[in-house]
Amino acid sequence: MSIGRDYGGSLTQTAEFGQLLCWVSSCGMTVGDQASASAGAPVAPLIHASGLRKQFGDFVAVDGIDFDVQPGEAFGFLGPNGAGKSSTMRMIGCTSPTSGGTLQLFGLDPATDGPAIRRRLGVVPQMDSLDNELTVEENLVIYGRYFDLSRAEARRRAKELLDFVQLTDRATSRVEPLSGGMKRRVTIARSLINQPDLLLLDEPTTGLDPQARHILWDRLYRLKQQGVTLVLTTHYMDEAEQLCDRLVVMDAGKIVAQGSPRQLIDEHATREVLELRFRAGSNEENVQYASGVGDRHEVLPDRILVYAHNGDEALAKAIANGAQPESALVRRSTLEDVFLRLTGRTLVE
Amino acid sequence: MRVFEWKLAVYRRVWKANVLTSLLQPLLYLLAMGLGVGALVNKNGGSARLLGGVPYIAFVAPGLLATTAMMVGAIESLWPVHDAMKWGRQYEAMSATPLEPADIVLAHVLWLMFRTGTAAAAVAAAMALFPDVRSWGLVAAIPAAMLSGVALGMPLSAWAVSREREMSFPLIQRFIIVPLFLFGGAFFPLSQLPIGIRIIGYISPLWHGVEMCRSWVSGTHMTALAAVGHVTYLTVFVVVGSVYMRRLAKDRLFA
Ligand SMILES: Nc1ncnc2c1ncn2[C@@H]1O[C@H](COP(=O)(O)OP(=O)(O)OP(=O)(O)O)[C@@H](O)[C@H]1O
Ligand SMILES: [Mg+2]
Repeated sequence: MSIGRDYGGSLTQTAEFGQLLCWVSSCGMTVGDQASASAGAPVAPLIHASGLRKQFGDFVAVDGIDFDVQPGEAFGFLGPNGAGKSSTMRMIGCTSPTSGGTLQLFGLDPATDGPAIRRRLGVVPQMDSLDNELTVEENLVIYGRYFDLSRAEARRRAKELLDFVQLTDRATSRVEPLSGGMKRRVTIARSLINQPDLLLLDEPTTGLDPQARHILWDRLYRLKQQGVTLVLTTHYMDEAEQLCDRLVVMDAGKIVAQGSPRQLIDEHATREVLELRFRAGSNEENVQYASGVGDRHEVLPDRILVYAHNGDEALAKAIANGAQPESALVRRSTLEDVFLRLTGRTLVE
Repeated sequence: MRVFEWKLAVYRRVWKANVLTSLLQPLLYLLAMGLGVGALVNKNGGSARLLGGVPYIAFVAPGLLATTAMMVGAIESLWPVHDAMKWGRQYEAMSATPLEPADIVLAHVLWLMFRTGTAAAAVAAAMALFPDVRSWGLVAAIPAAMLSGVALGMPLSAWAVSREREMSFPLIQRFIIVPLFLFGGAFFPLSQLPIGIRIIGYISPLWHGVEMCRSWVSGTHMTALAAVGHVTYLTVFVVVGSVYMRRLAKDRLFA
């Protein structure tokens, strides 16, 4: 590996890491190749879930969900706090027994083949579980040992992966003083040490500042380009839009919609949204100006949203109706609007 | 074994300080007990009457082997286990790998053996400096001490792994570990005590370890049957503690 100080990923670095990732995605490749060979036969999904449930005592955290994840895709669970995302991820990660329904990974059953499945997974849990007392590199090497890697091999991969997450210069520093974003990157590097066929990321960027989030997105995007199958949860719609080929929207343990970000927006929202802000507390009296100017509208505590194909036109109509908003903004629809439409609530409270 | 490496890696950061204290402490202790308290006991003829004629240091030093192992076993079991479960989340990290709860428990047993064994060895090394207690029996006493340390450690580990909070730990220390320590026959013969308190000694893993250590070090006779009895009793503690630790860890990690 070339000297690892070259940030931003020099060509050699990327190329060499690409080799590593070829193994990472090898399972995906095989399944895909088989499929194309037998022309038109359905591709075996990496994950298959139907009627999947999780119950804690009387409380139903996941309430009968169905989804399939195909090799090579980036699949997301979008939902607010308590939607059941982590519970679902832990079942997929084979650290939480299912309470009902079917779940299969690589065609195997987590209940009987847990360790064999976990051997092929990379897991980034919602809460970092790095050992603060150890160095960054030691964390990776020891984790690699849990997958029966030889010490030399674990060390070699740790080096490569730290290069990939741009932390080579922190390899020998303890984990404790690292920033949240750096710890997250260490966790991602750690999750790749066994060259997993499937990478599970539970809220990879929650709690990070925008810059740290963008670094992470960039790394995840690279993984995706290399063909690694990603499954992630998030309650940020921008994250879902950036990273996911396909996603399901979860609320209160159920899937309320699924599709690509584009499809979801087309299906459940209009092309544009007009946001009207009125004097505080006067939404009720002003709602009359907004009704009828677009396809539909939504009253939030701090603003009124008007869904329309053409936002500027809707604004002109509202003003013609006599509206006097303090501010007006026209923007494209996002997944946030989809979620609002489906559940009547905003994603991040 | 892989999990054991993790503990070693963490330990590597503190071991130097640890080795020094584990050697110095028994040395100071032996000096104080052997020369200080010993002078008192021996002068009053107590040694002849109660200890069967051996000097007090010869009585108390083998006990120190077992108490040291016991304390190390207990300390390595409460907070570190709880920490790996809850705050540090190291066990959670392991649960996402092919490892299973049994691997974690097995590694913990090995770890306790390592820590109690080395701590006992340090005491033995210090004891070798005192002619009254220098004997080859010291070598045999190390595993005996180790066993009693692990025997107390594993049930405590099972407890620690299942606790949501650590409030109970200081209480356990004060009301379980300290009595077992004091009344485990390390500092005076249990025959000194009224039968009610003597019972504490007999159930304490410590007493069984102390008996063996004392017998090996002084070369006094212990029937094979008694030895097997002590070892079995302690092994039951280890096994039961391990079984519970595995079950409780599984309930928590794989909920
Ligand atoms: N071990 C548990 N015991 C009891 N209830 C639980 C347990 N784990 C989760 N829950 C409950 O299940 C529900 C779903 O939790 P989950 O962690 O899956 O949500 P989430 O979508 O990941 O939310 P967040 O965005 O907060 O991480 C929550 O109401 C939570 O309180
Ligand atoms: Mg969660």
